[in-house]
Amino acid sequence: MGGPGAGPECKIGPRPVAERNPPVAHGAARGGPGLKFVSLKICRECFYTVFEDEIHSVIVENQLFKPGERIAIGASGGKDSTVLAYVLSELNRRHNYGVDLFLLSVDEGITGYRDDSLETVKRNEVQYGLPLKVVSYKELYGWTMDEIVKIIGLKNNCTFCGVFRRQALDRGAALLKVDKLATGHNADDIAETVLLNILRGDIARLSRCTSITTGEDGPIPRCKPFKYTYEKEIVIYPFHWLPNLNQLFTYAYFKRLDYFSTECIYSPNAYRGFAREFIKDLERIRPRAILDIIKSGEDFRISTSTKMPEQGICERCGYISSQARLFRMPNCARKPASLKWCKACVLLEGLNRGLPKLGIGRSRGLNNDRKKDMKQSHGTENIGSKQCGTLDF
Amino acid sequence: MQLTLEFGGGLELLCDSVKIHKVNVNPQDGEDKLNMKDLLAWVRTNLIKERPEMFMKGDSVRPGVLVLVNDCDWELSGQLDTTLEEKDVVVFISTLHGG
Repeated sequence: MGGPGAGPECKIGPRPVAERNPPVAHGAARGGPGLKFVSLKICRECFYTVFEDEIHSVIVENQLFKPGERIAIGASGGKDSTVLAYVLSELNRRHNYGVDLFLLSVDEGITGYRDDSLETVKRNEVQYGLPLKVVSYKELYGWTMDEIVKIIGLKNNCTFCGVFRRQALDRGAALLKVDKLATGHNADDIAETVLLNILRGDIARLSRCTSITTGEDGPIPRCKPFKYTYEKEIVIYPFHWLPNLNQLFTYAYFKRLDYFSTECIYSPNAYRGFAREFIKDLERIRPRAILDIIKSGEDFRISTSTKMPEQGICERCGYISSQARLFRMPNCARKPASLKWCKACVLLEGLNRGLPKLGIGRSRGLNNDRKKDMKQSHGTENIGSKQCGTLDF
Repeated sequence: MQLTLEFGGGLELLCDSVKIHKVNVNPQDGEDKLNMKDLLAWVRTNLIKERPEMFMKGDSVRPGVLVLVNDCDWELSGQLDTTLEEKDVVVFISTLHGG
């Protein structure tokens, strides 16, 4: 096999951003294999340029950041958020976004998983010079995931974790007083989520999971600068940087890509795993399928007769929550029907009262929960519970 | 033929947690060249100690595993048909987990 490389094999040279197509059209225009790294045969240096410029143009075209804003980067220590933190701090400097960047991590309290990855985030804090805030389930809710799993077992634990994480990020963002939260969700993640929401018939999530910015009417909008970025490229990017970066980045990259040890120890996550493999199988045949699934998700028109959830305010914690996730609190001294809590509060109340199955599943209200619990005690699988909270966008 | 094989993204756990392997692989009898297909079969037999299905699917790598030959995406060099030469460096990285 001949040398890789720079020079003759590279089909493009660094050129002004304006001359290039925007990312989606860029992918579409490629025809064959959608990966520019593949179809355009570009060299390492051009790959960096293309990778960074595409993310820059996504940020500019979608007006993700405004000068003076404070932006939190949801940082897990994984490859996506590590690359996001690195790229955003580079682009902020290079293109004068004028934003203040922060790292925000959630400590779920999972021994042997999150404690290790948090060490990575702490290294990133030093390396990129970005202030880090860690919020923990223990301090927010009084429970670690280790403790929750001891009570409820491995069946519905991902429901707790997902619901709590979402709110924990909101609360951490509020503590940091940021205007927006940027997450490392990549194109593969979003395509997976589109498929899963279709499989689940979750129209509300289907219609919002492809939005590059969500929650603009809520307290903390979230955005996904990697929405059009192939996971493959995110992996190649730090790989090629390896020789040029110090050990810390090497560590962050390899440590967290270590999938057996870093896949959450409590999450078999079989359902999403199938969708993930399916996407990767499709990618091998036609890489652009990933972007096309996102396009399909964007272009779905929800029929006007479909009942959509409305947003409400939790009467316990005051956080905004979609109506679908507002649950009537059972056995309440006040008029039960009048008290609506968000799912995090219902789950927490269940834990604290020794009724951990409260709020599990997709039911809305106690009666349904009871029916479900009864069914479960007769050995029926609770199909309502989600495998992993990262489904929520 | 001397090759350097590198496993990342968790794949190293399939081969005793060793990331970099300096190996000697020769073309099969009657062949004068070694290609990636031969190498994958050799790796599966000689290096992968557990769960080979995490590394391979059929006679190729599992979708989601990146392959770089001398730092170049193997999709550019013909994937399984890529011919290997003395001192080539082949890297396998899984992208399947770890966000």
